[in-house]
Amino acid sequence: MNQENVLLRVENVKKEFPGVKALDGVEFSLKAGEIHALMGENGAGKSTLIKVITGVYQRDEGSMKLGDQEVCPESVLEAESYGISTVFQEVNLIRTLSVAENILLGRQPKKYGCLNWKEINAHARRALARLGIYDLDVTKELSHCSMAVQQMVAIARALDIDAKILILDEPTSSLDEKEVEALFQVMRNLRDQGLGIVFVTHFLGQVYQVCDRITVLRNGGYVGDYDIKDLPKLKLISKMLGKEIEDLESIELKGRHREPLTSEEFLVAEDLGRIGAVDPLDLSIKKGEIVGLAGLLGSGRTETARLLFGADSRTSGSTRINNRESRLGSPMDAIRRGIGFCSEDRKGEGIIPNLSVRENIILALQAKRGLLRKIKTSEQIAIAEHYISALKIKTPSPEAAIKNLSGGNQQKVLLARWLAVQPELIILDEPTRGIDVGAKAEIEKLINKLSDDGVAVLFISSELEEVVRVCDRISVLRDRKKIGELIGDEIDEQKIMQIIASEVSEERKSV
Amino acid sequence: MKVTDRIMSNRLLWPIMGLVLLFVFNGLYGEGFFKIEIMNGYLYGTTIDIINQGSKVMLLAIGMTLVIATGGIDLSVGSIMAVSGSIGALLVNESDYSFALIVAIALVATVIIGLVNGVLVSYIGLQPFVATLIMMVTARGIALLITNGFIYTFEDEDFVFLGNGHFLMLPFTLTIVLIMTVISIFITRKTAVGVFIEAVGDNERASRFAGINTKVVKMVVYGFSGLCAGIAGLVATSNIKAADTIKLGETMEMDAIFAVVVGGTSLTGGKFNLIGSLIGALLIQTLTTTMYFLGVPPAITAVPKSIVIILVCLLQSEEFRRMIMSVVRRSRA
Amino acid sequence: MNAIFNRKYIPLFATAAVLIVLYTIASVLYDNFFSILTMTNILSDNAYLGVIAVGMTFVILTGGIDLSVGSVFAFSTILIASMAEKGYSPPLAILLAVFLGLIFGLFQGILIHKFKMQPFLVTLGGMFFARGAAFMVNMESIGISNKFYDWVLDDLNLWINSEAFLPASTIFFLIVFVIGMYVAHLTRFGRSVYAIGGSEDSALLMGLPVGIVKVAVYGICGMCSALGGVLYTFFTGSGNPSNGVGLELDVIASVVIGGTLLSGGVGYVVGTLMGVLIYGTIQCALMFDGRLNSWWLRIAIGVLLLIFILMQRVLTRGSESDS
Repeated sequence: MNQENVLLRVENVKKEFPGVKALDGVEFSLKAGEIHALMGENGAGKSTLIKVITGVYQRDEGSMKLGDQEVCPESVLEAESYGISTVFQEVNLIRTLSVAENILLGRQPKKYGCLNWKEINAHARRALARLGIYDLDVTKELSHCSMAVQQMVAIARALDIDAKILILDEPTSSLDEKEVEALFQVMRNLRDQGLGIVFVTHFLGQVYQVCDRITVLRNGGYVGDYDIKDLPKLKLISKMLGKEIEDLESIELKGRHREPLTSEEFLVAEDLGRIGAVDPLDLSIKKGEIVGLAGLLGSGRTETARLLFGADSRTSGSTRINNRESRLGSPMDAIRRGIGFCSEDRKGEGIIPNLSVRENIILALQAKRGLLRKIKTSEQIAIAEHYISALKIKTPSPEAAIKNLSGGNQQKVLLARWLAVQPELIILDEPTRGIDVGAKAEIEKLINKLSDDGVAVLFISSELEEVVRVCDRISVLRDRKKIGELIGDEIDEQKIMQIIASEVSEERKSV
Repeated sequence: MKVTDRIMSNRLLWPIMGLVLLFVFNGLYGEGFFKIEIMNGYLYGTTIDIINQGSKVMLLAIGMTLVIATGGIDLSVGSIMAVSGSIGALLVNESDYSFALIVAIALVATVIIGLVNGVLVSYIGLQPFVATLIMMVTARGIALLITNGFIYTFEDEDFVFLGNGHFLMLPFTLTIVLIMTVISIFITRKTAVGVFIEAVGDNERASRFAGINTKVVKMVVYGFSGLCAGIAGLVATSNIKAADTIKLGETMEMDAIFAVVVGGTSLTGGKFNLIGSLIGALLIQTLTTTMYFLGVPPAITAVPKSIVIILVCLLQSEEFRRMIMSVVRRSRA
Repeated sequence: MNAIFNRKYIPLFATAAVLIVLYTIASVLYDNFFSILTMTNILSDNAYLGVIAVGMTFVILTGGIDLSVGSVFAFSTILIASMAEKGYSPPLAILLAVFLGLIFGLFQGILIHKFKMQPFLVTLGGMFFARGAAFMVNMESIGISNKFYDWVLDDLNLWINSEAFLPASTIFFLIVFVIGMYVAHLTRFGRSVYAIGGSEDSALLMGLPVGIVKVAVYGICGMCSALGGVLYTFFTGSGNPSNGVGLELDVIASVVIGGTLLSGGVGYVVGTLMGVLIYGTIQCALMFDGRLNSWWLRIAIGVLLLIFILMQRVLTRGSESDS
């Protein structure tokens, strides 16, 4: 490696939180004029490493050198003074302030002891022009801008402090394809200007589109640093998972794609929609059938599920359950009709952290029975113990607080909560996100078993291969619309992607 | 070893220790603090007095515990006391309703006020302290409108008995507190209300997704808090045989919050401890009585009380603990 | 474009409209309500409230709240009166009161920021504490008779016409108000206040001095509360430890009615001025009417506050579903 070129070198960095070794001897180096991907599964330590580099956290051990200078930034501000700028995962700007203020906040030019608003706006325009954006009204309130524009504003702010190193943490998760390409163009331009860019993403494809080098982390440890051409996709996956390629194949369950057991519809929704979330769509699920919702992030998958569960109120459409008209006005309503819903947001919408595993398991069942008819403690324990052993939940006791369990086990407790109400339809939104491969396979097996028992399943996952593997039928969504459906043998990854892609081009023609 | 561990980790440890310390202090410096006499077949003495006087805080603390467990707060309890007291005193004077009916009217009114709090918090989505702060001012305004600023006094036997009578040699107020305690424990243990309250206080969104009607849960706790405050208001009015609308229940919300916080229920909501709150209430009443014996005017007792509340909350603050730990570690090294 | 512009200022327009409508109704109902005298009275009767409301605006803009204002206000009135009675120079007493208000506010701010305690809880504790402390200074009201006060009351007035004038306390309020506008809109500190209210996490990651700003706004609010107490002693010529019970609601109401969101990040100091004037107009109209109990003012303010909070919720919800 050419020594002069190296902007940042991190060596043997360790960071420990109570009970967790978040970083354990991580290496990382960034050269000028490169886009460097930082890859790893959830919990690999990507975010922690970035926070150490940007001064949000301080490392326990190890060294971090900018050129020849050893540094340990104590704050974001200090890191910025070294030329390290970050655009964090959720765009970290102030949505209630104007575009211009967001770019210059904290560094606003002054005149006679007052802020010079004219210069603030002019400066912001210049900063955006550097990214090739000329027609944005910088006095506009940021909350009225699209996510893509907000992203650009964040980058403009990051660059405006004379950055040498730009860190982009999951910048593309809420952008559509066109916006992503625009962002990549900006990234390439900046690279050519000599900037070092760190790119964190979970979209493997994007890494190969734009990056020059890859550093892989796993479980807080350092796996390696590779040139992009030396690490084909499959190898990258195996490095991230820490499995040999053959292992990987062995975990994969064979796709099922079989005819549903009955032709009896459990749920039929017509014109179901909510303004601003999902355009009216039709959807039906038979008993024992596993229906998948496929689409990119923000395509309306989760929103559809939430409408079916009554978590959000619909603005159009009707639903029939077991051939009876049902309003599904609230989660409680849906539960009474036999629907269960495992949210993608495990922490925010799933677990009750300080309650015990037992209480978390019986909660929905208790809600279904009502306030007054309390489930007897002995019965509660029996239910809890049944599911703890059936789902192999690892917990010291049913009385342990759920917050002390690992992510995968928390997920199983939540599944147990819904199994306990014996639903006729269970909606699983990203049930396997952020949990280890073993638990993943177990959950997939469980889904199969549920379907064999006649339970209808609505399955949502951002991993396309998983959707293909698990589902009997797949509805494809894009931009809040249902744009296609695949059944049985038609299902494969290629086709789903084709549907998503082809519709785009057709629409463009028609416009 | 294990037993001491369990005692140390018990959430009741601190309020009980505080209470014991105050008792020891009083035993040493307050004359005749523990003396209990029997007069006319009733027990009299300072400790009995504390129970009698403390009954109002205990009642408020029961309701406040459940409100705080849902992650809320009820700042209006003092003013709600004034409402029930005013209604009681007014009707005893101006109507020929039976006392039971008067109590019923007063309590229905306070439950309604509590339910309005509940609506503002759950259906309208106001922050609890905002909603109940508005109610704190408005309810006192209502109380003043009811009495038109006039201080009604009364001699009605039943009403006087409520706060001054005796039952089984002990102040009747103790019976009221016990009944309300039993009712609240029954509701929280024998129905699902308890676990729902804790779930809502711990993670409201997740509770809703588990099918809990979080709005109803909140309505129940604010309504119940209104009921408890209503009873406390009647007791307080009965104590002095008059309804002083301006003073009645003033700053009682602080005592109730104090009792709950000291009793081991976290202000952020979740797990709650009713018995702890009752002990907390006794603690604050003992403190008030002690200060009174020391000749400190009641208005000034707000100073030490508020310091204790802030200290307890500080101890619950993660950041504060971490700071203390690092200081301890540094001094050891 | 236009719609965006409008939405941002809707609460402000609503406030202005309410003010004009209320004043017009009162002018129609009561003789002499529409006069310079009444207008100056409305302004000067509430100068103390206005000063505190300016401080509270900054706290609410950060997404916080300060419930201790009424008690700090009372403490400062009784401290000044008591010191004046004991023969200390009033300017010294005033300086001390304002300084103590500042320190008290800063201390609350430190508890809130450093230990992540809820603002309403810390300042609720502060409210009880300062009230108790006020009674510790003196249990009863004390009158102030003193040359300095005579001079302030007699010579420091701005006459508008032969019968209407702005007393010193009102001039003070207007100065504080202008400073508040300047700080909020033309300083980095002020913009940081807005940023923290918009998103504290973001502000932190943007490298803004979140801690300093958060602690400072409580300091400012404490100082303004004490200053409000000072103006009140000018107004009444006395100090009383039980002054300003429930004042925190009046102040919060003025700020919120003035278009500042309780959730923080959005609001204007000029709106607060209008909020104070709305409060003053209602108060004055009730006085003109004479039939209604003064407690109606509290109920009216409570209801108006509720309506404005509801209106804000509808508006913010509307703009959220937009983006």
